[in-house]
Amino acid sequence: MPGKLKVKIVAGRHLPVMDRASDLTDAFVEVKFGNTTFKTDVYLKSLNPQWNSEWFKFEVDDEDLQDEPLQITVLDHDTYSANDAIGKVYIDIDPLLYSEAATVISGWFPIYDTIHGIRGEINVIVKVDLFNDLNRFRQSSCGVKFFCTTSIPKCYRAVIIHGFVEELVVNEDPEYQWIDRIRTPRASNEARQRLISLMSGELQRKIGLKVLEMRGNAVVGYLQCFDLEGESGLVVRAIGTACTLDKLSSPAAFLPACNSPCKEMKEIPFNEDPNPNTHSSGPSTPLKNQTYSFSPSKSYSRQSSSSDTDLSLTPKTGMGSGSAGKEGGPFKALLRQQTQSALEQREFPFFTLTAFPPGFLVHVGGVVSARSVKLLDRIHNPDEPETRDAWWAEIRQEIKSHAKALGCHAVVGYSESTSICEEVCILSASGTAAVLNPRFLQDGTVEGCLEQRLEENLPVGCGFCHIPYDELNMPFPAHLTYCYNCRKQKVPDVLFTTIDLPTDATVIGKGCLIQARLCRLKKKAQAEANATAISNLLPFMEYEVHTQLMNKLKLKGMNALFGLRIQITVGENMLMGLASATGVYLAALPTPGGIQIAGKTPNDSSYEQHISHMQKKINDTIAKNKELYEINPPETSEEVIGSPIPEPRQRSRLLRSQSESSDEVIELDLSHGKKDAFVLEIDDTDAMEDVHSLLTDVPPPSGFYSCNTEIMPGINNWTSEIQMFTSVRVIRLSSLNLTNQALNKNFNDLCENLLKSLYFKLRSMIPCCLCHVNFTVSLPEDELIQVTVTAVAITFDKNQALQTTKTHIEKSLQRASTDNEELLQFPLELCSDSLPSHPFPPAKEHLESASSNSGIPAAQRAVTVEKASPMGEGNFRNRSAPPCANSTVGVVKMTPLSFIPGAKITKYLGIINMFFIRETTSLREEGGVSGFLHAFIAEVFAMVRAHVAALGGNAVVSYIMKQCVFMENPNKNQAQCLINVSGDAVVFVRESDLEVASTQQAAATCQPLCTGGEVTT
Amino acid sequence: MTSELDIFVGNTTLIDEDVYRLWLDGYSVSDAVALRVRSGILEQTGATAAVLQSDTMDHYRTFHMLERLLHAPPKLLHQLIFQIPPSRQALLIERYYAFDEAFVREVLGKKLSKGTKKDLDDISTKTGITLKSCRRQFDNFKRVFKVVEEMRGSLVDNIQQHFLLSDRLSRDYAAIVFFANNRFETGKKKLQYLSFGDFAFCAELMIQNWTLGAVDSQVDDMDVDLDKEFLQDLKELKVLVADKDLLDLHKSVVCTALRGKLSVFSEMEANFKNLSRGLVNVAAKLIHNKDVRDLFVDLVEKFVEPCRSDHWPLSDVRLFLNQYSASVHSLDGFRHQALWDRYMGTLRGCLLRLYHD
Repeated sequence: MPGKLKVKIVAGRHLPVMDRASDLTDAFVEVKFGNTTFKTDVYLKSLNPQWNSEWFKFEVDDEDLQDEPLQITVLDHDTYSANDAIGKVYIDIDPLLYSEAATVISGWFPIYDTIHGIRGEINVIVKVDLFNDLNRFRQSSCGVKFFCTTSIPKCYRAVIIHGFVEELVVNEDPEYQWIDRIRTPRASNEARQRLISLMSGELQRKIGLKVLEMRGNAVVGYLQCFDLEGESGLVVRAIGTACTLDKLSSPAAFLPACNSPCKEMKEIPFNEDPNPNTHSSGPSTPLKNQTYSFSPSKSYSRQSSSSDTDLSLTPKTGMGSGSAGKEGGPFKALLRQQTQSALEQREFPFFTLTAFPPGFLVHVGGVVSARSVKLLDRIHNPDEPETRDAWWAEIRQEIKSHAKALGCHAVVGYSESTSICEEVCILSASGTAAVLNPRFLQDGTVEGCLEQRLEENLPVGCGFCHIPYDELNMPFPAHLTYCYNCRKQKVPDVLFTTIDLPTDATVIGKGCLIQARLCRLKKKAQAEANATAISNLLPFMEYEVHTQLMNKLKLKGMNALFGLRIQITVGENMLMGLASATGVYLAALPTPGGIQIAGKTPNDSSYEQHISHMQKKINDTIAKNKELYEINPPETSEEVIGSPIPEPRQRSRLLRSQSESSDEVIELDLSHGKKDAFVLEIDDTDAMEDVHSLLTDVPPPSGFYSCNTEIMPGINNWTSEIQMFTSVRVIRLSSLNLTNQALNKNFNDLCENLLKSLYFKLRSMIPCCLCHVNFTVSLPEDELIQVTVTAVAITFDKNQALQTTKTHIEKSLQRASTDNEELLQFPLELCSDSLPSHPFPPAKEHLESASSNSGIPAAQRAVTVEKASPMGEGNFRNRSAPPCANSTVGVVKMTPLSFIPGAKITKYLGIINMFFIRETTSLREEGGVSGFLHAFIAEVFAMVRAHVAALGGNAVVSYIMKQCVFMENPNKNQAQCLINVSGDAVVFVRESDLEVASTQQAAATCQPLCTGGEVTT
Repeated sequence: MTSELDIFVGNTTLIDEDVYRLWLDGYSVSDAVALRVRSGILEQTGATAAVLQSDTMDHYRTFHMLERLLHAPPKLLHQLIFQIPPSRQALLIERYYAFDEAFVREVLGKKLSKGTKKDLDDISTKTGITLKSCRRQFDNFKRVFKVVEEMRGSLVDNIQQHFLLSDRLSRDYAAIVFFANNRFETGKKKLQYLSFGDFAFCAELMIQNWTLGAVDSQVDDMDVDLDKEFLQDLKELKVLVADKDLLDLHKSVVCTALRGKLSVFSEMEANFKNLSRGLVNVAAKLIHNKDVRDLFVDLVEKFVEPCRSDHWPLSDVRLFLNQYSASVHSLDGFRHQALWDRYMGTLRGCLLRLYHD
């Protein structure tokens, strides 16, 4: 009996009128947990009942506590007929199960009905008394913390990052059970909501158990999705990264660790980067590795990747190019082996994180992805979800081998997704192959003693660009040059990744959102024929998406993509591909060449003219974009602006002038200009269209920037004004003469118009940046395309922005010069313990400027782990300054980012993971489809906010709308929508408040503010 | 390609003040889009008409959803569905309850009933205000009226508390409720020169001095209904004109005091008895509901118009009214001093306000 759940129903307000005669309601409440139900008294004739009930107590296993939601039903008492349900509230009590999070859930919850929406509110108090249970065989995993955030949460420190955890549970979908034919839509919806809630709880508990087995205490980057497989069932699956986290209680705690002897041993990894090619291997053509596999029901996979995938578990350490291995020697090898073994113990060395503690990420290989087409069959035994498990295992295996082919032993920024249409399902997984530092991966090795050293020792923000694979034995044709930053190691010409831009990366100018959009018509087919058709189409789509991304990237004058997410959606008669990423110019990578157009019929003079006209347009666009995004690479700027497509010779000259590089490099570079990727051949109208579509993407209006990563490179002085939003559009295609081209154009217009609308709507926030722009595409019906966008708009201070960019450029110039000097002293510096600390990576520089407001001494800040955190770590006492006490309804901020600009997250209260269904049989009366969905999404936001507020929080970070499934039947005046959202409930304190609070505290030490702080510590 | 569905939902509800105004003014989406295009917004922002259309639709939908809450403004504050900063909430409410001068002049003093609602068509045509907007304004009047009509306590406070309006707007609504309840005639041709402000001013004075609330703050309807007893008592003032000696005495006292101070002294002297008779008779008749309704008509007929035809300057009217009210105190044999002050104090204020072109 390890837990006692206590619930008190206080009051209701704004209830709907249930009795037409009196215009009032006789309301009472049923409180249900597991199989136990309690009832309050009936509060007669009131729309604002005051039940003030006793404490209802449930004595339950902690296993149930984790799985079951608390279910509160508000009903209208009716003497003569059955009581009418007004609505329900489901409360996930998981946040109460671990000590550091919320201690009580108390507040006003919207009463929700799947047919009528929100109908009034109810005030509830929930508490849990947990008893210690030492049973070793327990099935619960209470105490494991879950975070949606895909980086180490702000007030924690990662002691060990254990690695990948995954789980899935399956069940029959209540909507497809026979009983659904006789029960009401409401009953069916509620059964579904309850089931998914239950399955989520179970899933979380099971993942928690795995984490405990790994000796972790938390899951970071927890991503839970459900697949509505229709007839064949309901799958809820989750992935995450198991970690051992330490709460940062006070900065002082770290100081002793820093003096510990292990420091000496540990700092060596960070000298790794300046070493040339100890373990070279290579990325660059980022989307190289995909596998398409399809199988009727038992799956086999057809490998289409080129390289010597699997196998060779041994690191390719010794295989470095001739010039390599100047030093490093045995120690490095040892270190590598250590890493290798640390990772190989794991089945899948995957990490769902997209941002990492400093020093964690050593090299990045490129994007790895795998897709597989499956035919769904009924899940016969829900307790044995083996088929689904096997499917995913197979895909993960592929990802793993792709990573290996890139010379990487791990995959970061890993995610999985599905697209289902009828009985066909596309499973996708993608991530970024990477080489990691073993420091965080092993038990008992390090404590976080290195933080301080680390920041000093990091190479100047280019280490992660250096190729991890073997230069002479590259898995795909790539064009390598010496790193433009350190001149010591090879880098690819472009880099695609699924992660966020590392905070220490040196970026020139600003970034921008880059999207590739693509449609392909497909014949309607059944079952296997359909699946085959889809798997045949997939490689072409991937290829085209990749080409589009590459071209658009070049058109922007940039050389790297971060946060790349490629979504392939399957519909009845088409496939859609949408890739989003944030393009940037990495200082370490070579200046991208331009785009050259070549005609196929060179003799036609008017055609020639046309081609040259197009060429001019493209060149102009590139030049314009460079100006727009402030891309002025310090040394090569004139050349770049002068000729977007440097002649091979020019380029080599350029290179030589920069550094005394060897002949080998020049040769390599010569091939650069000939590369096909730069040349667009216009051989038919299709290609012409492609070129046109390249040029139709309009840049955002001035004052607007957009990206799909957490932070926008080049902007760092965010103000506190944020606006999170969701926008949904559905278009109906005219079914006549649908061609691929028309389809592409429609889809392109849809996305572009949507973006334009966003810019217009948010114009009052200028200057502002849309961050974490997340597009999802679905094909709900034959001729319908639905695009859902969630993002956050953040305003920034324009003047300051200009300043920082300036210093930024100066910095990089300065760095360039120091780099040259460093080149000479190179061997010396390698051995020396103290690298010069002046070439701060710009990101850090800004970090400091951002946190300077907080008034915390830099020294304190230096010992904290969270580099990405825009604020310092002092003043912990004040963490629970009461959030927004004054107004009637406390403001709850929501953001897809992991932080809140201008504020400091002081506490994580638990994960929010909510699933809602809304249905209507009076679509017209509710304002049509738009009115219906608008109201529903607003209600979902409201319910999320209410739950966060009840936990004592004032914000949701890492918020994501994972699913928004909308179905309509206008003829029947009906519509239905399912929404699944998640995020982390947090308490934040404004930096300005923090300052005030700290001074107050200094003045009067025992004020209520102070004691309040200690309660939650 | 047609857009089936197109929505934008912000965690903080976006409110565009310009679109809100267009919505309040009762324009359809297409009219609103046309008006926005004309405002030059496309050129300023580089947006397309389609974007504008989508944006306008979106705002209209939001306003439509908010309207239900605006009917009971405290609900807007406590609801959880729309997260709106308090300053924006206040703006939404204030603008929603704001009304057009032209409209209120048509409706002021009329019974807020279905019958009047039917006339909104005509009012719309006459004033050029859209029917939709007329309906909103009319419904606002009626809603406020229904809520505060039978409530205890200060009318203005009640309105402020239940509708969260600004002080200024609450006072205006108090006047509207007061006028509607007492059905004062304001539509006659000779009253057309008066603004809503004039009436609201008078209403405030009357609420302060002539209602039940002026003597006892613990009764129902205290600020809405006139003090019946007081109206009853006003009959007693008749003696001022009925008793010829008293009238002469009153005149002589006033004339003595004002001699040489008025530019229109002779006109005043000639008209004194008429004016006094007019003012006192108005008081004496207020016992009948019908005459209460005609109060403003009577005041204009019996006082404003005669003075205006003799071209009294406002300063002279003020001097006269001050002296006229004050000198009653020196009339021996007149016992209703307090009553006179309660009546005349308010009336003097009203008359001064009503006296203009």
